[in-house]
Amino acid sequence: MKITVNGDPVEIEAGSVTAVLAKLGYGDTKVATAVNGVFVPASQRDDTALVAGDALEIVAPRQGG
Amino acid sequence: MRQFYGTSLATPFMLGTAQYPSPAILADAFRQSAASVATVSVRRESAGERAGTAFWSMIRDLDVHVLPNTAGCHSASEAVTTAKMARELFETDWIKLEVIGHTDSLQPDPFGLVDAARQLVADGFKVFPYTTEDVVLADRLLDAGCEVLMPWGAPIGTGLGLINPYGLRSLRAQFPDVPMVIDAGLGVPSQAAQAMEMGFDAVLLNTAVAKAGDPVMMAVAFARAIEAGQAAVRADPMTPRDMAAPSTPLIGKAFLT
Repeated sequence: MKITVNGDPVEIEAGSVTAVLAKLGYGDTKVATAVNGVFVPASQRDDTALVAGDALEIVAPRQGG
Repeated sequence: MRQFYGTSLATPFMLGTAQYPSPAILADAFRQSAASVATVSVRRESAGERAGTAFWSMIRDLDVHVLPNTAGCHSASEAVTTAKMARELFETDWIKLEVIGHTDSLQPDPFGLVDAARQLVADGFKVFPYTTEDVVLADRLLDAGCEVLMPWGAPIGTGLGLINPYGLRSLRAQFPDVPMVIDAGLGVPSQAAQAMEMGFDAVLLNTAVAKAGDPVMMAVAFARAIEAGQAAVRADPMTPRDMAAPSTPLIGKAFLT
């Protein structure tokens, strides 16, 4: 299926947010996620299925003012 | 010193973590200035990048309070989602709420700000709203459940100082018991001293330190100015007057023609 990951189009096998993160190679990296603009807590990633057209945002700590 | 959501800060100096020449200089600026709060953000991470892990580990070593922001958000919903992601990553319910309404001035969108503040307070966040000196907006933010206000000194990154001292004085006078942080727009330490002398409880800045020729020295200079302003308030300043008043006694002056 085609989804968007951090703004870029990605072709990936359907699955949960957890599964997609693993396939993308995030491993155990400390990240937070949102799907279609809605926050998905780490505790709900297993139960949140991604479908074609979804927009997945993956963020991590950064410098800020 | 007033508390921020029940937390007493060791120093009233909040310092940003962006734009430093190197992580080592950033860490040194914090250590030598004894800034007690570090602002941070969340941004997109690529697979295998692990930049977030390295940065977070460095911030944790500083042993300061962490205040994540929603910088760059232009709508309430975007800011709320960003705040939730930040809470999970940084393990704090503090959030510096920015909802930007104008691209050039980075002026807060007052309507979006109140809307987002209300949602976040309901969700258990301790909201530090980046706001203007507008007294009515301040009142609305307090109604929404904010217990701290962060009025701007000047637009973010300008270094212009306190461009509306009258407005800031009015805001301080209107809400004497609300902890307030002057956030953004400061360029040099005297402006931070001025903010503290006006009765504000803390100062938050980033660019003035990070973009100085010597960020560590500038961080120390700000720390001293903030401390000086804070001491001046405690010392109860004299009342200014328009006409001159001699400080040296007139009595006993030699009569010379």
